Amino acid sequence: MRHIISLLLENEPGALSRVVGLFSQRNYNIESLTVAPTEDPTLSRLTLTTVGHDEVIEQITKNLNKLIEVVKLVDLSESAHIERELMLIKVKATGAQRAEIKRTTDIFRGQIVDVSSSVYTVQLTGTSDKLDSFIQAIGTAAILETVRSGVTGIARGDKVLSI
Amino acid sequence: MELLSGGEMIVRFLRDEGIKYIYGYPGGAALHIYDALFKEPAVQHILVRHEQAATHMADGYARATGKAGVVLVTSGPGATNAITGIATAYMDSIPMVVLTAQVPSTMVGTDAFQETDMIGISRPIVKHSFMIKHPSEITETLKKAFYLAQSGRPGPVVVDIPKDMTNPAEKFEYVFPKKAKLRSYSPAVRGHSGQIRKAVEMLLAAKRPIIYAGGGVILGNGSAPLTELAQLLNVPVTNTLMGLGAYPGTDRQFLGMLGMHGSYTANLSMHHADVILAVGARFDDRVINGPAKFCPGAKIIHIDIDPASISKTIKADVPIVGPVESVLTEMVATLKEIGETPDKQSVTTWWKQIDEWRGDRDMFPYNKGDGSIIKPQTVIETLSEVTHGDAFITSDVGQHQMFAAQYYRFNKPNRWINSGGLGTMGFGFPAAMGVKLNFPDSDVACVTGEGSIQMNIQELSTCMQFGLPVKIINLNNGVLGMVRQWQDMVYSSRHSHSYMESLPDFVKLAEAYGHVGLRITDLKDLKPMMEEAFAMKDRLVFLDIKVDSSEHVYPMQIKDGSMRDMWLSKTERT
Repeated sequence: MRHIISLLLENEPGALSRVVGLFSQRNYNIESLTVAPTEDPTLSRLTLTTVGHDEVIEQITKNLNKLIEVVKLVDLSESAHIERELMLIKVKATGAQRAEIKRTTDIFRGQIVDVSSSVYTVQLTGTSDKLDSFIQAIGTAAILETVRSGVTGIARGDKVLSI
Repeated sequence: MELLSGGEMIVRFLRDEGIKYIYGYPGGAALHIYDALFKEPAVQHILVRHEQAATHMADGYARATGKAGVVLVTSGPGATNAITGIATAYMDSIPMVVLTAQVPSTMVGTDAFQETDMIGISRPIVKHSFMIKHPSEITETLKKAFYLAQSGRPGPVVVDIPKDMTNPAEKFEYVFPKKAKLRSYSPAVRGHSGQIRKAVEMLLAAKRPIIYAGGGVILGNGSAPLTELAQLLNVPVTNTLMGLGAYPGTDRQFLGMLGMHGSYTANLSMHHADVILAVGARFDDRVINGPAKFCPGAKIIHIDIDPASISKTIKADVPIVGPVESVLTEMVATLKEIGETPDKQSVTTWWKQIDEWRGDRDMFPYNKGDGSIIKPQTVIETLSEVTHGDAFITSDVGQHQMFAAQYYRFNKPNRWINSGGLGTMGFGFPAAMGVKLNFPDSDVACVTGEGSIQMNIQELSTCMQFGLPVKIINLNNGVLGMVRQWQDMVYSSRHSHSYMESLPDFVKLAEAYGHVGLRITDLKDLKPMMEEAFAMKDRLVFLDIKVDSSEHVYPMQIKDGSMRDMWLSKTERT
């Protein structure tokens, strides 16, 4: 099962390499990873997605918690949460296709953020599934370039991850 | 207010932390620190002949005392040479602080002379690591390093120190920090009381219980409450390779080591147990012989300070995260509070079964032969006799290590010192040196073989310089015994590269370094010559003992089997 693990990490050089190194060292798998400092500059928020059986996920969270620089950790997928990913995608937009892409972008509530005579750059936010569906709707033949931020997320309601 | 350079701060800190000895080797990037060391008489530096030996010396000290050993090496090759020793300590959770010098911070990343990314290289084999970014951080960082190394599940901590951080021309205020502050690190201080009660009730209700105790009991000072608990419940005890000495080796309730080369009784008792109390042990592959067929009828209670060790390979039914000493003490108290004893009938039946397995044989039977050639097992039995089972015994890795574990009876913790997790050949001799330095009045012997000893033989020179009269028990069978055993058993006796040609004359070699060398080839000389060696209190004695090269270590668990599937000799199996 896919899990979204989110952590507060000391914003120090080398901290990220320890997280990433743990995954390769113990043969765990990272599907996506995103990290940036929080409002407190001494802390970074790191979100990663991984796939594995419950026992593997248990080991991943235990071993992440063991890293000295990991301050707090939550498996977001264990309870109600909001999940978002940002995608910038460059697509061929010529002839009849041009209007079709505009329509599809609207349906997905994306925005065309850059335009040239033959290319649209579309910005889209949502769950990873939604982004996948957009790619499917456009068709890979029309796609020139895809950039995805990786999943980030936050728990619903009053629950917060803070120190 | 006192102003010190970075180099002086490091040395002063070590003094204030109560460090008497450090082990190391100088080099360019470390010279400012070495200069500061020159002026500080309270911290004595032991100059090894290879950095790997420095780490093993620190490790030996740590295993004998429970305190962190300290290593100081230079950048580049100095640091990489320390890697094997750091990995050895990491695998066995040994507290160690390794100070590695680094090229000046302005040159880091430029492929400077003797530069290597030590933080990167050591990352998977340390508990944590630091790089010093400013001299004013030194004392606090070192305090954190010692705290991390020695608390929770212990382990090695690397502190990488660029040369400009120790510049003698730049002075900063020195304050010895009283406590390390780490907001993201808080190891468990006690176990969950509800779980502890559950565990005690489960043990009271068990029909065939067993205690399986590992190195964590020794690291966590849990030997006394473990022994009390086991005796109150009258439960049989087995120790892992790392746990030998955690429970008295000559006690009736002790079944011997378990696992790949564990005793027949210990492995059988594990297999048939209905409740296993695992304490400070990690269900290592060399213990469980694969998870699939492991102890089919057993409920598992698992006590460990490291939550990641619990349910890693074998699922625990009652997990208890906490320091073994406090958890076991609480278990004893809970047991007394409940005031019940296990069902007498069950206890009697279980012990009757165990005693049947045990028979009137030795714990580890072997064919003593006709005495024409010395058996390696006999050497260890003699060693145990000559030292009254009371010496510090270190070992290298191979058959001799297993023989030492099987035939030396350890009645106290911290006396058996070997590289269990990583299996580092070359570990034993420097580890013995580290122990001897700190326990000058105790007998310290390194059980080794002609293969392992040559991996750090250069330290004979260090022993001469610093007066370290350890005893080297070299089980010389002329072949890489454990490799050969596997080749005999798995590769139809094709002895690919397991024969050591051109062995040196170890007696002359020891003498060349200024020590005493003795060769034993005749069984009747074994005991008197060993006694003679231990009587020479002030001399390093290298006992080169010619032993039977055809011996195998038995029992040996059969691959992909259960705990009870073992070869008992070359021809018999369970």
